[in-house]
Amino acid sequence: MTRYAGNVAAIRDLVRDQEVHRDVYVSEEVFQLEMEHMFPNSWVYVGHDSQVPNPGDYFGTTIGTQPILLVRHTDGTVKVLHNRCPHKGTRITSETCGNAGKFFRCPYHAWSFRTDGSLLAIPLKKGYENTGFEQSHAASGMAPVRHVRNYRGFVFAKINDGGLDFEEFFGESLSSFDNMIDRSPVGQLKVAGGVLRYMHNCNWKMLVENQTDTCHPMVAHESSAGTVVEVWKKAPPGTKKPMAVEIIAPFMSPYEFFENMGIRIWDNGHGHTGVHHSIHSDYSAVPGYFEKMKAAYGEERAKAILGENRHNTVYFPNIMIKGPIQLLRHFKPIAANKTLVESWTFQLVDAPDMLLERTLMYNRLINAPTSIVGHDDLEMYERAQEGLHSNGNEWVNLQRLYSPDEAGQTNVAVNGTSEWPMRHQFRAWTKFMTMGM
Amino acid sequence: MSMVTEAQVKNAIPTDQELIDFVVREARLIDQQRFDEWLNLYADDAFYWMPLEWNQTDPRLTCSLMYEDKLLLSIRVERLKGARTFSQKPKSRCHHVLQTPQVDSRDPAANNYVTWTPMHYIETRMDEQTLYAAWATHHLSVENGRLKIKLKRVDLINCDAAFGNIQLFM
Repeated sequence: MTRYAGNVAAIRDLVRDQEVHRDVYVSEEVFQLEMEHMFPNSWVYVGHDSQVPNPGDYFGTTIGTQPILLVRHTDGTVKVLHNRCPHKGTRITSETCGNAGKFFRCPYHAWSFRTDGSLLAIPLKKGYENTGFEQSHAASGMAPVRHVRNYRGFVFAKINDGGLDFEEFFGESLSSFDNMIDRSPVGQLKVAGGVLRYMHNCNWKMLVENQTDTCHPMVAHESSAGTVVEVWKKAPPGTKKPMAVEIIAPFMSPYEFFENMGIRIWDNGHGHTGVHHSIHSDYSAVPGYFEKMKAAYGEERAKAILGENRHNTVYFPNIMIKGPIQLLRHFKPIAANKTLVESWTFQLVDAPDMLLERTLMYNRLINAPTSIVGHDDLEMYERAQEGLHSNGNEWVNLQRLYSPDEAGQTNVAVNGTSEWPMRHQFRAWTKFMTMGM
Repeated sequence: MSMVTEAQVKNAIPTDQELIDFVVREARLIDQQRFDEWLNLYADDAFYWMPLEWNQTDPRLTCSLMYEDKLLLSIRVERLKGARTFSQKPKSRCHHVLQTPQVDSRDPAANNYVTWTPMHYIETRMDEQTLYAAWATHHLSVENGRLKIKLKRVDLINCDAAFGNIQLFM
């Protein structure tokens, strides 16, 4: 039964000012429409150009559920290609990343393609003579994603021709990427340390919402962060606070901390927590780092860069970055009730190794499938995914600190416990879901 | 549940059988959820390491699934007892099947003994049961007449796969 396909009114009805219908999380039909419309209409994160440093380097990933390749072309630019052979559909690459040399070669019938996707050669080509092959879909090779933007190393792509251009889509939100990148004395990041992959039996949007949910840490993470605080209390006086305690203990900060921390709202569902301070504010200084930053930028600018403590910046639809610790989480949709969470980390080029060491410790303590903090969160998402099948109430409440005049406002800073970012994400969801429908 | 008491090493230098018995007993304490006793098998400066990469050599600048000192391990053990540990309501259970541990190296002068143990590990909670295959490498030493773990390294055969929750200890 189709309820939503081609029915713009029915889709709009799923999102109200203060609540959303449970079908946005549980309906397979809505999920398929997200894949057909919302993801292709949006600028979606693909990967970082340091993953493909040399010509022929590739990295396989997905936009929504579609397999794509990030490739370094022979001219030095990065391309994004649909990862299927135009002949029979075979996925071209088998390793997640590697080097194709000068061309891709399909392992099935040896059709080959330049690193911009164009068809290079077909064995026994004369078998296609006088068949009208030039007019076929196959003749154009591996289809490129036409709209690609490399923003200071971070590569985004938009599959559909319609929608917004890159600057209009992101607006002022790119300042969070700028701050993360500027934390390198040479303004450059490099993917480093490996990726944590964590499977979640819940809808991808639950994870996105949670990134700006500041009323859950002291509750859901009482078991992990609360235990850290309790165990640490028993340490002999004068013991140096370990990095791990510095990382986890702030999750137990009281409501007032999060209220005062602030949330900023930008256009198109983007926004960040931690306008004034955040759980990353009080980490110990890393020896030698500030001196390098000062030498590179001058004291005033270095202090301004490091003085930003943005907690989580959500980029609609499905990534979050943490500028102060150079971490990016990618919430990859698989089904209405299944999401792969990839947590990527970056090295600040020309900065002390200890910064990467701390970032990796954060990642494994918070984002790994073996992480006690991760266990706390996943338990809540999976319970919600189940609970939403109740017919007793078909609506999810997002009402906290709602104000009727908030729609259309942008670049405003509000109380850090507001659910405005979630309402804002769903306004963008409706916009990009129904665009061109 | 019968008690398996911690045996003193008979001589200053442990026999192969004593090393093997120790590794087997460690798995048993985990399976029986005797986590406080389990933690006592670890030296104060011990690490529990579960690499993320195949043949990983560096726990510091390459990410791991776990690289935890005794403080972090004790936090895990305390958390499992917590009244508001919702991901353990109901609790997980686990089960080890070990191949006989092999003594890879013995260095009495350095007080360092290394064993290698292929194993299957099963973790279950509610209706879900997950099987993991791994190799455990134990770096052991004798402290005050008892064997202690200096480093336990667990290499999953699919260390780079996407996992759901792994909540107990392999």
